[in-house]
Amino acid sequence: MNIIDDLILHSPALIVAIPLLGAFLTPLISKINDKMRNIFVIFIVLLTSAIVLLLANDIYAVCGKIHTYVFGGSSPVTQGGFAIRILFEVDGLNIFMALIATILAIVGVIYSWAFMKENTGLDKYYTLYLLMIAGMFGMILTGDMFNFFVFLEITSIASCALIAFWTNKGKAVDAGFKYIVVSATGALFILFAIAILYGQYNALNMAVLASKIEFSFLDNIALVVLVSGLAMKAGIVPMHMWLPDAYGRAPASVTLILVGVTQASLYGALRMIFTVYGDSLSTTLNQIGDINIELNLILGIFIVALALLTIFIGVLMALKENNFKRMIAFAAVAEIGYMILAIGAALTTIFSAAETDIGTGAMALKGGIFHILNDALDVGLLFLVAGAVYYATKETSLNRLGGLARNMKYTTIFFLIGLLAVSGMPPMNGFASKLIIYESTYQVNPILSIIAILCSILLLAVFVKVFHSAFLGPKQPKFDDVKEVPKSMLLAMGIIACIIIFIGLFPDIVVNNIVQPAVNAITDNSNYISNVIGGI
Amino acid sequence: MIEIQDFLRTLGTDSGFWNPLVWGVIIIIAFLIAYIIRGMGKTEYKEKTEQTKVFLSGNPELEKEEMHVKASNVYWGFMESFKWLYSGLDKMHTGNVSDYILWFVIILGVLFLILGVI
Repeated sequence: MNIIDDLILHSPALIVAIPLLGAFLTPLISKINDKMRNIFVIFIVLLTSAIVLLLANDIYAVCGKIHTYVFGGSSPVTQGGFAIRILFEVDGLNIFMALIATILAIVGVIYSWAFMKENTGLDKYYTLYLLMIAGMFGMILTGDMFNFFVFLEITSIASCALIAFWTNKGKAVDAGFKYIVVSATGALFILFAIAILYGQYNALNMAVLASKIEFSFLDNIALVVLVSGLAMKAGIVPMHMWLPDAYGRAPASVTLILVGVTQASLYGALRMIFTVYGDSLSTTLNQIGDINIELNLILGIFIVALALLTIFIGVLMALKENNFKRMIAFAAVAEIGYMILAIGAALTTIFSAAETDIGTGAMALKGGIFHILNDALDVGLLFLVAGAVYYATKETSLNRLGGLARNMKYTTIFFLIGLLAVSGMPPMNGFASKLIIYESTYQVNPILSIIAILCSILLLAVFVKVFHSAFLGPKQPKFDDVKEVPKSMLLAMGIIACIIIFIGLFPDIVVNNIVQPAVNAITDNSNYISNVIGGI
Repeated sequence: MIEIQDFLRTLGTDSGFWNPLVWGVIIIIAFLIAYIIRGMGKTEYKEKTEQTKVFLSGNPELEKEEMHVKASNVYWGFMESFKWLYSGLDKMHTGNVSDYILWFVIILGVLFLILGVI
């Protein structure tokens, strides 16, 4: 076995361990030199990213492969037959999410170099930043329910401190406080659901639970609590109100990772619904005449209703908002709505007996999962642009901005790319995923896709307003001295913009090579159970 | 392994398809046609003459810096028309963290009712 094979074998643990170790070493390296600390943090993130890429290569090499890593033994099951060992498992969905997290982490640290340069306490900033990245990877890679909760908490605590990093601004502290209250409440309910499941099945392993779950009354309660808790963490309306506060007040580099953390919560919801509860979702809850009312249908309709509300309220609030970052945050809420619209549509159809319905469900899932990637990139780029504008002008109010395209040409181009992408304009990446969502939801109910398309047009109107207010118009005398942002910030925005354009021009490559394996992973429950625990 | 021809493949969406490269070619052709039509426009147009001066129905022209439409004025008509909707949304977004948790409890309760009662 060569070193590469060794690295791949231990990669799930290393992906979390390296940023975790890096986080605790950062304050020590800060003592030597600030520049060395920055280089060290970038090195840690690049090293983690290289391991993610190695693992991705390994996962994608074999169709349906699941890489399991058991801590403290070779099998998750002990001699007594108890599945008590913690394990990480990486399938198509995990690695898809890990790739998104990798892009955000690399871009985030590059951006931070210049963006945070003027701040003090950067040893703490980078420590928390790496902790947040480690927590995000942990949430994505773990195959253990309690472990998921632990990483969720690590991420929440690090995020809270980073949201409130600009402590000289009272509103940042207020946003941090709100975030920790909401996060702790959500996490507490998730822990409650985990306890219910553990009490019934003596297991915390997701695959073991998936194989044993019977959908009793208690399982029903656990599902409700899990879905609600994760929905709040994902920022679904009407539990979204923390999101504009947190996204709006955190430094832009932190907001970028927060987008990833929110999506990790959405991943958690996907994993719980489709994997842990997957087989029992077609349980008949009641019968009215000849019609069976199945759990997946009820849950799907509920999620679709929340999704429409999320898209609609997100867009309307964004249209009204005049603070640059809060406006993007509301747009991000709307974008989350598109993902859960696809998930809800998939839930209503994928468990059906009809072949066409199953196809529609799989297509909706494909669109939803593809949109997770696109949303992270598009919204992430817009937040970085908002950060760049703040860096150059020290202004966040759109009412006080104007004519910046004359001073900040590259930033303007990046904003335009982000604007077109997030609004689902061709040929950007957002269009490809939204097109799949529109078509699949149209098969479920045409009204859904009509509302989704109309809201996407409103989203374009939102960003046209930003583009006009901040970048167009006559040159403002107060911005005469404004210059383009430093190169590291431009590089970070440029990386995301290039990926957006690549995905936009070649969506089929991305869908076939990384999205489809994620969809297969989530829909093939038996493969997951048999690969992870060998079919207990 | 990704082959060169993979880059030219069309994304199938079950009931339709999407190929950005074909779209790109069509857009370029459309731009060319637009450019040709533009070229056939008025030839007597001259820059920096009376023709290009701003005409505000006899009102004095403001300083350029003052002519920028502020963000809060951009969709003023839309906001006015949907005042009733926005007043409801504003009441919902109180900024009070207790209300955030209250919404969570409401959703939890609704989901309990839906899954429990049905």
